[in-house]
Amino acid sequence: MIELTDVRKVFPARRRAGEVVAVDGVSLRVQAGEFAGVVGPSGSGKSTLVRLVNLLERPTSGSVTVDGQVLTDLPDDRVREARRAIGMVFQHFELLDSRTAAGNVEHPLELAGVGRAERRRRATDLLDLVGLGERAEARPAQLSGGQKQRVAIARALAARPKVLLCDEATSALDQASTASVLELLRRVRSELGLTVLLITHEMAVVKAVCDSAVLLERGRVVDGGRLSEVLTRGHSPLADALLPAPVADAGAGHGGALLRVTVTDRTPETVVLQTLIGELGLAVEVAGGSVETVAGGRYGRLLLRVTGDLDRLEAGLRALHDGGVVVDRVPAHGGVAAGSGATR
Amino acid sequence: MSDWGRVYPQLFEATGETLYMVGVAALLTVLLGVPLGVLLTVTAPGGLAPRPLLNRALGLVVNLGRALPFIILLVLVAPVTRGIVGTTIGSTAAIVPLTLGAIPFLARLVETSLREVASGKVEAALSMGARRRDVVRTVLLPEARPSLVAGVTVTVVALISYSAMAGAVGGGGLGDFAIRFGYQQFRTDITLLTVVLLLVIVQLLQWAGDRWARRLAHV
Ligand SMILES: Nc1ncnc2c1ncn2[C@@H]1O[C@H](COP(=O)(O)OP(=O)(O)OP(=O)(O)O)[C@@H](O)[C@H]1O
Ligand SMILES: [Mg+2]
Repeated sequence: MIELTDVRKVFPARRRAGEVVAVDGVSLRVQAGEFAGVVGPSGSGKSTLVRLVNLLERPTSGSVTVDGQVLTDLPDDRVREARRAIGMVFQHFELLDSRTAAGNVEHPLELAGVGRAERRRRATDLLDLVGLGERAEARPAQLSGGQKQRVAIARALAARPKVLLCDEATSALDQASTASVLELLRRVRSELGLTVLLITHEMAVVKAVCDSAVLLERGRVVDGGRLSEVLTRGHSPLADALLPAPVADAGAGHGGALLRVTVTDRTPETVVLQTLIGELGLAVEVAGGSVETVAGGRYGRLLLRVTGDLDRLEAGLRALHDGGVVVDRVPAHGGVAAGSGATR
Repeated sequence: MSDWGRVYPQLFEATGETLYMVGVAALLTVLLGVPLGVLLTVTAPGGLAPRPLLNRALGLVVNLGRALPFIILLVLVAPVTRGIVGTTIGSTAAIVPLTLGAIPFLARLVETSLREVASGKVEAALSMGARRRDVVRTVLLPEARPSLVAGVTVTVVALISYSAMAGAVGGGGLGDFAIRFGYQQFRTDITLLTVVLLLVIVQLLQWAGDRWARRLAHV
């Protein structure tokens, strides 16, 4: 649905600052119906990247395709039309103070030349959809941040887009509003069959709503994929960002062996414990780690310290491996602090 | 003080002339100054339709108009006034220099107001597929309306003080009245009365303008 091919965006040098390569050769593919995330530190080019998708920013080179249309080949007036099929939600809502909530939702319809009666009807439906049917005549100034973002989402959906772009849509909201806005985004995604590209610097947001994500650093994609796959990879900067690698608790006992285990729905820790305790007769102690819900599934990374008769440990781990469990032994002298690959 | 009966009708007439000059000039100023202000805003670097050369040329003309003392402008545009109105004397003739003097003034105020509109709102409209003129019509002007109204109020008040000057060189109105009946006949009471009257008009305008702007602000 969205395809970026080797896209670069260079901002020319200004009087004091030199030229800035904001996006440096990014290729990205978002399937229809997917909820995709882009994460990265501040200044990594996330906002620029999302603005390239609807050509608010023209790429310096590379191509942008949305819904089969190569936007970068289109003249300006055709790009404007194509933008109607791409809704956008912003960090600071960007509602017009001169209009009511309903008036704001009608704005894109007005631009598309939809008649007054039809506009009213659609605005009412959309405000109902986002749970603000009662506040249709309220001014933005009378709404809370979360409510404003709901209106902004209704507005972005007004022209029945196939794609929704969100640039830090929850970054200006408190936790409760964030949760409800994310919930709404997931709901409209499935009810309307949208493809969503969401930019954020908050990992919790990605974990809550995204099916896939890419990690951007200095304008480049350094990692990415479906979360279910990324999280079960041995070494992945994105996985490390989502679920920080466990650190051994300094107070835990010494000796024995340290094991790093990745927990998923298919390979829960019970399987590992069964093998270690039940079959190998070892004592197991949790030295660190956590288990969370990510993309609707249960994922975790645990650090286990096993003690006892370790002779059959290697064989046991091989068996677990063969059973699809991601588990490996932390080299004893390699430092316990963090598993390899955690500090990339 | 027995001549007040003779003075009042004249005062009444002079007030009417001032309101006429200022009213028509204000209307023309808004009609021409707002588009000029929009042009200044959108052609600026980083604007909706950057045209650096045009922007600099417009900026120069506008600054020239504002730098020129009104009295000088009055004399300079006399040929233009004669061309348009047929004469350079009278209230109607005074409208031409008044308007030409106020347009650059308002245009800058409009430019400032439009620039204050958050760029994110413009982006949001562009992301919905708005054309540039849609952005001006549905975002910039409506969002800036409270501040535009304030700008127009300031301009109208300035027009009243300009009109007193225009009056002194044959435009009629309250300025002319104050000079002929008050200053030249050493009637301080008449001068004072005229000043009070001007003050009342200005106060009323400012009050109405503020109220209107506040009603539009919604925040
Ligand atoms: N219009 C512009 N002109 C010049 N440089 C720009 C422009 N927009 C962005 N940049 C630069 O491009 C780089 C990437 O900016 P961008 O806003 O895309 O980062 P970001 O990942 O969204 O950051 P944040 O998390 O802080 O929002 C930054 O170095 C920024 O200074
Ligand atoms: Mg950003």
